[in-house]
Amino acid sequence: MHEWALAEAIITAVKQIVEKEKLRELREVTIKVGELQQVEKDILRFALSQLNLAAFKNVQFHIEKAKTALKCRACGNTWLFSRNKLDEATAEAIHFVPEVAHSYIRCPKCGSPDFEICAGRGVWIENIRGVR
Amino acid sequence: MDPRITVIGERLTRIGRIVAVSSGKGGVGKSLVATTLALALSRKGCKVGLFDLDFTSPSTHLIMGIKNVQLKEDKGIVPPIVKSLAYMSLVHFSGDQPAPLRGVDISNGLIELLAVTKWGKLDFLVIDMPPGTSDAVLDLIRLVKRIEFLIVTTPSLLAFETVKKQVSLLQDLKVPIIGVVENMKTNNAKTIKQRTEKLGATFLADVPYDPKVEEAIGDVKKLLETVFAQKISEIAASKIT
Repeated sequence: MHEWALAEAIITAVKQIVEKEKLRELREVTIKVGELQQVEKDILRFALSQLNLAAFKNVQFHIEKAKTALKCRACGNTWLFSRNKLDEATAEAIHFVPEVAHSYIRCPKCGSPDFEICAGRGVWIENIRGVR
Repeated sequence: MDPRITVIGERLTRIGRIVAVSSGKGGVGKSLVATTLALALSRKGCKVGLFDLDFTSPSTHLIMGIKNVQLKEDKGIVPPIVKSLAYMSLVHFSGDQPAPLRGVDISNGLIELLAVTKWGKLDFLVIDMPPGTSDAVLDLIRLVKRIEFLIVTTPSLLAFETVKKQVSLLQDLKVPIIGVVENMKTNNAKTIKQRTEKLGATFLADVPYDPKVEEAIGDVKKLLETVFAQKISEIAASKIT
């Protein structure tokens, strides 16, 4: 499960933030999951619960989906990514490495593959709440 | 915050040496040197990974004649073993489609693959770099603390001029350089050797131009029988293992 690798990265990053910010207690971690990568929230949540260190056991992990906004560099068109328009193999390739979207997706207006992923690319930590 | 960067060190922790095969210029035989070096190290009994980081123009899969590789997942992506190498390339995901990526996309793709690939225990990870000293080179220097560079040039002074800049950058950044390989040599001139040594870098070897290499593309057995491969194996034995 690819989500496990991402969950490990999240836990490592949270540990580093706790250390850097000298938090005595960690309460909430908000994680954003961009639609482009099509991360399964339930698998990510399960992986996070399994990887939780003793120090994190009472922490609430909130996982929120974020829309993926794309902007064509050729014609300026903006649009939202939709998983529904992709076949299974293509969706899976983008799930592993979102950048290969440039190999499969074209601007719906002009057909260019030269677009910017403006928002909702991967997985990131949006917010952390704890006590110093 | 991007959590991926925090886990890259851990993903590479069980790898002995990480060797980036690089050049300032394209067309000097970097991918052939990288692939043959990985195969040669593997033939010596080492556990070796090959990572094709030339995202927009990958060719190591063509050199080895690889098609339709099945990826395995085990809490991450496990590189498939092909021709005895743990092998990762963007072509596992982009297939035959072009990958028109700008710098920011190359950085993101590179970080993603470094963060989710489970290489396991390897003696060597050989990385086939894109030409030049742009995003991929800078990202690797930033993210992979134990990286070492093996630089490829040809006898052309145009190629060497770019190598000079790359050597200078790596020296400034205190990144280890294993040395410079002069590929596709057609005479006995010592110009590149002398100029390399003048830069304070090690001249590893000259590799003669071998027309049999082109005939061996896609056939690893044939490739390893070429004079080119014998020279690369000598470099592997005397300068790398």
